[in-house]
Amino acid sequence: METPYPNKMVVSPKHSSQGAESAFQKIILIAALALVVLLVAIFLSMLFHALPSLKAFGIFFPFSKIWDPVSGTFGALPFLVGTLLTSFLALLISLPFSIAIAICIGEFFREGLLSSFLKNVTDLVAGIPSIIYGFWALFVLVPIVRNFEIKLGIFPYGLGIFTASLILSVMIIPYSASIAREVIAFVPTDIKEAAYSLGATRQEVITKVILPYARSGIATGILLALGRALGETMAVTMVIGNSNRIPRSLFSPANTMASVIANEFTEATGRLYLSSLIEVGLLLFLVTLIINVIGRYMIKKMSIEV
Amino acid sequence: MHRQNVTLRIIKDRAFKVFVILLAFLSMLPLFLIIFYIIKSGLSSLNWDFFLELPKPVGEKGGGIANALIGSFILVIIASLPSILLGIAAGIYLSEHKESKLAYWARLAVDVLQGTPSIVIGIIAYLWVVVPMSGFSVLSGGIALGIMMLPMIIKTTEETLNLIPYSLKEASLALGVPYYRTILRVILPAGVSGIMTGILISIARVAGETAPLLFTAFGNAFMNWNFIKPVNALPLLIYNYATSPYPEWHRVAWGASCVLVGLVLTLNLVVRIVTRRWSVQF
Repeated sequence: METPYPNKMVVSPKHSSQGAESAFQKIILIAALALVVLLVAIFLSMLFHALPSLKAFGIFFPFSKIWDPVSGTFGALPFLVGTLLTSFLALLISLPFSIAIAICIGEFFREGLLSSFLKNVTDLVAGIPSIIYGFWALFVLVPIVRNFEIKLGIFPYGLGIFTASLILSVMIIPYSASIAREVIAFVPTDIKEAAYSLGATRQEVITKVILPYARSGIATGILLALGRALGETMAVTMVIGNSNRIPRSLFSPANTMASVIANEFTEATGRLYLSSLIEVGLLLFLVTLIINVIGRYMIKKMSIEV
Repeated sequence: MHRQNVTLRIIKDRAFKVFVILLAFLSMLPLFLIIFYIIKSGLSSLNWDFFLELPKPVGEKGGGIANALIGSFILVIIASLPSILLGIAAGIYLSEHKESKLAYWARLAVDVLQGTPSIVIGIIAYLWVVVPMSGFSVLSGGIALGIMMLPMIIKTTEETLNLIPYSLKEASLALGVPYYRTILRVILPAGVSGIMTGILISIARVAGETAPLLFTAFGNAFMNWNFIKPVNALPLLIYNYATSPYPEWHRVAWGASCVLVGLVLTLNLVVRIVTRRWSVQF
């Protein structure tokens, strides 16, 4: 679609405003261009600074399991495993809750006090800084998990993947709930009414009509929440225990890609060490980029406003 | 037999509803627990000295967070100025040239930038500013936060400008007002509340960011007014004190958390009032 009034058509009496006109056009064009350049520059400069590590460890960097700054051997597998475990466990824990919120806002209470209360509180959950979650988890959640571990009879670290997933699941609920509630609210009334007219109860309508109809939206929400969980840094760093070995169980301390960068970046001595950390960052950037591009495509396909 | 089946289904329906509502409310519980806990452990350390004094070394009583408050303020100012200008300009481009190829790529860039982990932005600010200037600085922290603010400002600007009816623009152009003045004097002022909202939301978001500041602003136990020296920020102070082994530092961190959460919640409240009072309506 062309703008109905292309700028050339704007007839201006004064010559000086012609100059201002083109300057204005140039400024906004440069601003838009700057965004694309910024993103490309982020990628390229990380790639450039990761080169020493890329050269030294090749394509096996993400798959080799030893990260030892002392001997100068770096492999990202422990962090890859740590990141995947914490993120997926957090998704698993948060999923029932976010779907429950979405059903409440999208179906049970579409308007009124309760729905606006739920909406505002979920927005608030997304607005609290992650450092606050980390701090609280360190002082409240860790002792609880430690007691739980004592009861289970395993070594009571307190810190570890399980604790990190718990706090992460609280933080990502708003992200998976926000898209799910939109799609659930947009399920056509006639198919719901068709089910009711066949004698279905509301519970049956929700589980057999609404949720299957909204599954692509729910999946998109989960994907975006995953993108958020993978990159979450502070809260995870404070409670995951910071161990550079491959975790043995869900309760053992580990490190995620983001947390190892947060912990070791300022202490990284030597070019290869720093470069390896930057390569971890580059991997993280690429993974979240892919997830966000797919999520964006799925949202476009559903054509809903989120 | 049949009758019983129906009752069973009705019971199942009721139970399902109760279960779903219970789950929804259970998921809000952590938020209230966190806010309650922060107020319980932080409120006692809040007094005037807490806002006006510098942090004290371990072992000494008292000490405040004045340097972190001012540091956070300076960082947000440095971050805001360039990203508001760039963000609004890019937002205007996106809403004026909706279908151009550049707009497509710029939108993609904004979405990707929004999803980029904050720690990655920290690495970038480190590589672009800290390394060339060979030292942690206020400037590098401000740039990291500025990059984080951009996507939100651009998106809200674009969305707000899209809401403004075409007739307004036509009326202005028909009066012989040049195109650029139409945008700057008619369209932008009409959407100012929407754009303000975006700016405030993005400020609320970056004010609590820690990860991009870890190796840019770095933290500082003293007051700093020098742009090329490290500076403390509220979230950095909380991180450093929370992970320290000293109980009195923990108390300061709880107090600082109280201030930070209060700040963020107030900003969100202001946003809500702005959108309700002066929302863009046509």
